[in-house]
Amino acid sequence: MRMPTTIVSTPDARPLAERVAYVADIAGRYAGEVDAAARFPAEAVDAMRSTGLLGASLPTSLGGEGLTLSELGSIAAKIGAACSSAGMVFAMHHSQVLSMSRHLGGSASLAVLAGRIATEQLLIASATTELGIGGDVRSSSCFVDIEGDKVRLVKNAPVISYGSEADLVFVTARRNADSAPSDQVVVVCDAANLQLEPTGGWDTLGLRGTASMGYRLNALVAADRVIPEPYESISTESMLPVCHVLWASVWLGMARALVDICRQYVRAAARRSIGSVPPGATKLVDLIAELERFEALVDGLARRTDEIFDDREALGTIGYQVSINNLKVTASELVAQVAIAALAITGISGYRNDGQYSVARIFRDAQGAALMVHNDRIIANTARLILVQKG
Amino acid sequence: MTAVDTVRHVIDKHGKLKADVANLAEDADLYAAGMTSNASVNVMLAVEDAFDIEFPDELLSKCTFTSIGSICSAVKGLLEAAA
Repeated sequence: MRMPTTIVSTPDARPLAERVAYVADIAGRYAGEVDAAARFPAEAVDAMRSTGLLGASLPTSLGGEGLTLSELGSIAAKIGAACSSAGMVFAMHHSQVLSMSRHLGGSASLAVLAGRIATEQLLIASATTELGIGGDVRSSSCFVDIEGDKVRLVKNAPVISYGSEADLVFVTARRNADSAPSDQVVVVCDAANLQLEPTGGWDTLGLRGTASMGYRLNALVAADRVIPEPYESISTESMLPVCHVLWASVWLGMARALVDICRQYVRAAARRSIGSVPPGATKLVDLIAELERFEALVDGLARRTDEIFDDREALGTIGYQVSINNLKVTASELVAQVAIAALAITGISGYRNDGQYSVARIFRDAQGAALMVHNDRIIANTARLILVQKG
Repeated sequence: MTAVDTVRHVIDKHGKLKADVANLAEDADLYAAGMTSNASVNVMLAVEDAFDIEFPDELLSKCTFTSIGSICSAVKGLLEAAA
């Protein structure tokens, strides 16, 4: 477990773009090592902390920078282009931050906690899936158990990404012992008040640095750590929109990184046979067209979400929910396709694990996008939505 | 071979000029001397190869490849940035 975080005493005064470039540089430097060892991208996350990026999504009233989703997406893409896992940690963290900070429900103690994310640069993980539920994050078996002025939570979580590195864990549970499985609330637990007993490792094809291990979680926290608003509205108005926009942004960053490698590869091939257009060049034209479609998709949904982000009703419409679900599905398919096309362009040089034209690591990472919250599940949810959509 | 000589050699080989490169002034307009945009791509690739550099997007404009002198100063800038 991490040592208690010290308060950031000297905020990084550099402009946002410089801080992001710094974090991306660090993330890229350690990306290979993080992947090889399947370890948490500690250096990149430390850089996010030292540059204040962990609080960037909070409103200025809570000590943050009040960045829009489009701005956060552009940061997620830059970090993701350098290290997919670090990008995903950034995306997941801010999904949790906004799912909390936008739903304080007038709670003073939750507002103080949200403020600490900025002042102390706290990292938030989430425990939304549960063993025996079958992967449905909108359903819980564990429940909030009142013990005096505290609440106890016992949850068998098959996946808590970077759980043992986090300062706070965002846990979903049934409101009480008698609640229905879908009547969920969120409890924000301090690392100091919870035990995480590992139940499984994280040795995967890609996204190896997200350290998405399984844990048996046991927490005893103050009762005011329960967010009063139901998770149903938090999920619809914050968690899904932010997750899907920021994940898609990370995947877009990965796609850009792949296209950059292809561009360099094709130019090097052209230098070897000046006067003739190398075979990869025509494939690269198609790939760039695909990347442009990808850019337009992510940019469009990020802007559309920013426009309605303070309008709960608009976020709750079926039309928007269908679009934001489709964003996740389409973007995850696009990054996987871009990776396959990049391999076809770079050939054996791309297939290698080493060398400047290797696309191997990002290729493996890209295939995970469709599986993390499986596209099949999202499509099934969307199908239920369109049954009641009135056009 | 100096950088200017290398650039002259590359243009001689790939520039497809009507004039003799050896007699061309450093500030002479290569396009006016018959270099097509197609040939300029080959000049660009060959210059990259000769100096082991890569032109960034912002230098990939017509004016970078307009004369022997403009190519040399772009190359010089990239070599200094890399050093």
